[in-house]
Formats: sequence, C-alpha cells, structure tokens
Amino acid sequence: MIEVVNLNKSFGEIDVLHDINITINKGEKVVVVGPSGSGKSTFLRCLNCMEDPTSGSIIFNGVDIADMKVDINIHRQKMGMVFQHFNLFNNKTVIDNIMLAPVYVEKKRMKKLRRNNPQNEKIKTTKEIKAEAKAQATELLKRIGLEEKANAYPSQLSGGQKQRVAIVRALAMNPDVILFDEPTSALDPEMVGEVLELMKELAESGMTMVVVTHEMGFAREVGTRVIFMDEGRIVEENNPKEFFENPQNPRLKEFLSKVL
Amino acid sequence: MGNFNLKVMRFIEVFIGANGYKTVLEGLQNTLKIAVFGLVIGIVIGTLIAVVRVIPKYKVLPRILNGICSFYVAFFRGTPMVVQLLLSYYVALPLMGINLPSVSVAIVVFGLNSGAYISEIMRSGIQSVDPGQMEGGRAIGLSFSTTMIKIVIPQAIKNILPTLGNEFITLIKETSVVSFVGALDLYVAFNRIGSNSYEFMVPYLVMALIYIVLVLVISGLVKLMERSLRKSDRGR
Ligand SMILES: Nc1ncnc2c1ncn2[C@@H]1O[C@H](COP(=O)(O)OP(=O)(O)OP(=O)(O)O)[C@@H](O)[C@H]1O
Ligand SMILES: [Mg+2]
Repeated sequence: MIEVVNLNKSFGEIDVLHDINITINKGEKVVVVGPSGSGKSTFLRCLNCMEDPTSGSIIFNGVDIADMKVDINIHRQKMGMVFQHFNLFNNKTVIDNIMLAPVYVEKKRMKKLRRNNPQNEKIKTTKEIKAEAKAQATELLKRIGLEEKANAYPSQLSGGQKQRVAIVRALAMNPDVILFDEPTSALDPEMVGEVLELMKELAESGMTMVVVTHEMGFAREVGTRVIFMDEGRIVEENNPKEFFENPQNPRLKEFLSKVL
Repeated sequence: MGNFNLKVMRFIEVFIGANGYKTVLEGLQNTLKIAVFGLVIGIVIGTLIAVVRVIPKYKVLPRILNGICSFYVAFFRGTPMVVQLLLSYYVALPLMGINLPSVSVAIVVFGLNSGAYISEIMRSGIQSVDPGQMEGGRAIGLSFSTTMIKIVIPQAIKNILPTLGNEFITLIKETSVVSFVGALDLYVAFNRIGSNSYEFMVPYLVMALIYIVLVLVISGLVKLMERSLRKSDRGR
C-alpha cells in the first residue's frame, strides 16, 4: 500500500531522515517509537508529503506521491492524518468539521461529471451531496457517542472528544490508511483511554494504521509491527512480542528500559 | 450668549428653511458610500495581497506576485491620500480618457488605499491563526486556497475585526479630503451652509457632532459583531 524508497529529509543543513526504506501493507498496524527528536513526526509527515522529502519516493497505491507533479490533494484524501493537537477547524461546528471535505470533494467530482460523464452516472445536486454527507457524519458521530455534540464548536469539547471527532473526520473520507502522530500526548490522562479505545476499534475493523506513540501498551496490544527510530534511521523493526521481549539494538534496549 | 443664539437661529434658518439639510443628507450619504464601498474593496484587495504574502515562495510566480504587492503597499502607504486622489482624478483618468464622477473616483481610491493598509492587518490576522488549522485542511486533501478561504481567512477576520472597525472609522474621517476633487461630502455640505449663512461656528459644531455620532455608532456595531462571533469560542 505504501512503499517508502530511500527516503531522505533535511531541513536546511540538518539531516533528519537517512535512507528510510519500509513497506506498509494493507491492514497492517505499524507503531513507530523512538526518543524525542529521532524523526518520527518527520517520517510520518513525509508519508503524506506534508513535508516534502528531500529525496526518495513514497509509492502510495502505485503512484509516487513525492513527485512534485502529482496532485497531492487527491492522494491525501485517501490518507487520513490525526494530529497531537487535533487541528479541528475552530470556525466550524463538529458536524461541519466532518462534512467539509467529503462535500467539497463530491461537489468537485460532480462538476467534472457535468463536463464529461462517460458512465452516465447520476449527477447529484449540492443539496443531495450535503444530505448524504450529513447522514454519514451523523452515523460517525453516533459511533463515537457524540451525536448531541453535532452542533457544538470544537472549543466546547474536551480534549478526548476533540481527538475522537478528529479521527472520524479522517474516517469520513474513507481513507485507505490513517497516520497518527502522538494522538494521545496532548490529552489529560483520564481521556487517553477513550481515544485508544476508538483506535483499537478501528484496528479491529481492518484499517491500515501508522501510529507514532509513547503508549507502549497500545504498541504491544494493537501493533502488528513495531519500529524503533533513532537519529533519523529505522534501527529495529519486529513483531511486538519479539520487539519488547527480545530487543537487539543497544539503543532500543536503553530506550525500553526507560519507558517500560 | 445672545450672539450664539443668533448664530443657532441663522443655522436653523439655512438648515431647514433653505433646504440645507438636503445637502447635508447628500453629503452624509456620500461620506458613508465612500467609506463603506472603500472598505469592501479594501478588504478584497487586502485579503488577496495578504494571501500572496503568506504563500510559500518556492516557485517563481508567487515571488513575482509578492514583488508587485510589496510595491503596491509601499506606494499607497507612502503617499498621502490627497495625493492619490488628485493623481487619479486629474492625471491618471484623464490620461486614460476616462470620465468618472468624483464620488466613484473617491470610492476606488479609498478602496485601493485601504487595501494596502488592510493587507498588513490581514497578514497579521492570518499569521495569528494556529498553523495547525492549515495543516488540518491540507492533511485531509483540501488545497491551499480552499483551506485559506474556508478555514483560515474566516478565523483571521474574526481576530482582526476590531482593527478593521478602526480602519473603517479612519476611512470615514478621511473622507473629508474628497472635497479636493469636488465631491460633496459632510464637510462640503456644512461648508455650504456656512457660506450661505455667513456663519461657520454652528455648522462646523454640528458637523463635528455628526462625525462623533457616526464613529460611536460604528464602534458599537463592531462590538456587537465581535460578541456574536465570539460565541463560537465559548469555553476557551
Ligand atoms: N520544520 C522544521 N525545521 C527545522 N528542523 C525541524 C523541523 N521539523 C523538525 N525538525 C528537526 O528534526 C528533528 C526530528 O524532529 P521530529 O519532530 O521528527 O522528531 P520526533 O521524533 O517526532 O520527536 P518528538 O518525540 O519530540 O515529537 C528534530 O531535531 C527537529 O528539531
Ligand atoms: Mg513528533
């Protein structure tokens, strides 16, 4: 699904990622751990080109999206991303946050269809598009038990609620993969559970996930593969059992002794 | 004091008896027209310039646009409004062979001028919006411009609303320079009443009063708008 080939990233003089090679298959839950500043966020943000790779390729569904010529927006629609600080749209209600991108994308598709409609597909009106998106968004809110917050603004939600809304906002685009960058790090401890629970559900439903986290319990329980990054390199990767019980790299041993 | 009463009587005589109020109403209308339409044009231009200035500058086109915008802003902030008005009315338009009513010219010049100021206000407004808002939009597959228009700019405008209100008040006050190109505004209206009654004290006093009331009303409206916009921020 995602194939990273010789990925390098530097910010000016600072080399952050060195020759990263990894293949992430459909249905995998890849958990990325490592010390602060090791390049985990940068790696994740290169996967959907939020950071442009300095060199190398990111092959997503057969297309090298690191190529500046591809329309990155189309591919990002199939790659959800969940941030540490939620990044919900503050000027939109919860339901509008979820509906915004699906409505926008569908409207754009209809516009194209109006010009060229080889399959004679039914052309929806804006009203129909919105109704559809709203039904879907309501369904998603039900799933996380926040229907009654549909018309609330993000500032009226708790951190845990915000992050769960952010996750279903990504889901609303029916992505092939979701990238998580420390989704629970900005939460009060009592809210970490609800977010991890939702992520677990997602994992069970078969979603492909790449998760940067410090939650070792989650890595062990949900991960299908755990990756240890250090100084911009992937220095060890293994299934969770081996990774935690039988670490090889001395830096990983040191890291695990600190966090476990 | 008796003298002053006499002056008031003279003023009322011209203001009501000689239809002075009609001139004042027309002047008020022009003043508001120039300020309101000027502000609207200014917001549009200012927003466009501000966006150009915050676009990442890897490519050539944004750099060129940025250069043009810098020049534009420097020109309109670096010369007095009167000069811009005179240049447009007596130089630029005649050279182009265009003949426009002075109020229309004033609206355009006020729009161009406030666009330069508003671009700076808007830029700081955009920069005050959490970069995470742009990231959230881009990550879900929205383009830079869509995210700007739907997410960032509405929040930026909310942040700068008080400053925009001040800009509007500045525009209202500055409309008094349009008499230089022969447009009838509040100042010209009261000046006429003064000339007709051979008495300027009361007309100018009333004029000042109208300006103050205008400014107070607008400040009040801005406060109201701010409060209703802040609803989306409750609990923060
Ligand atoms: N935009 C940037 N400009 C310059 N340097 C950057 C930028 N983003 C990240 N870096 C640098 O790249 C290195 C890796 O950062 P990154 O955020 O990927 O680490 P991380 O593993 O996610 O750390 P943390 O656990 O603290 O989130 C750091 O040294 C950081 O200072
Ligand atoms: Mg990070």
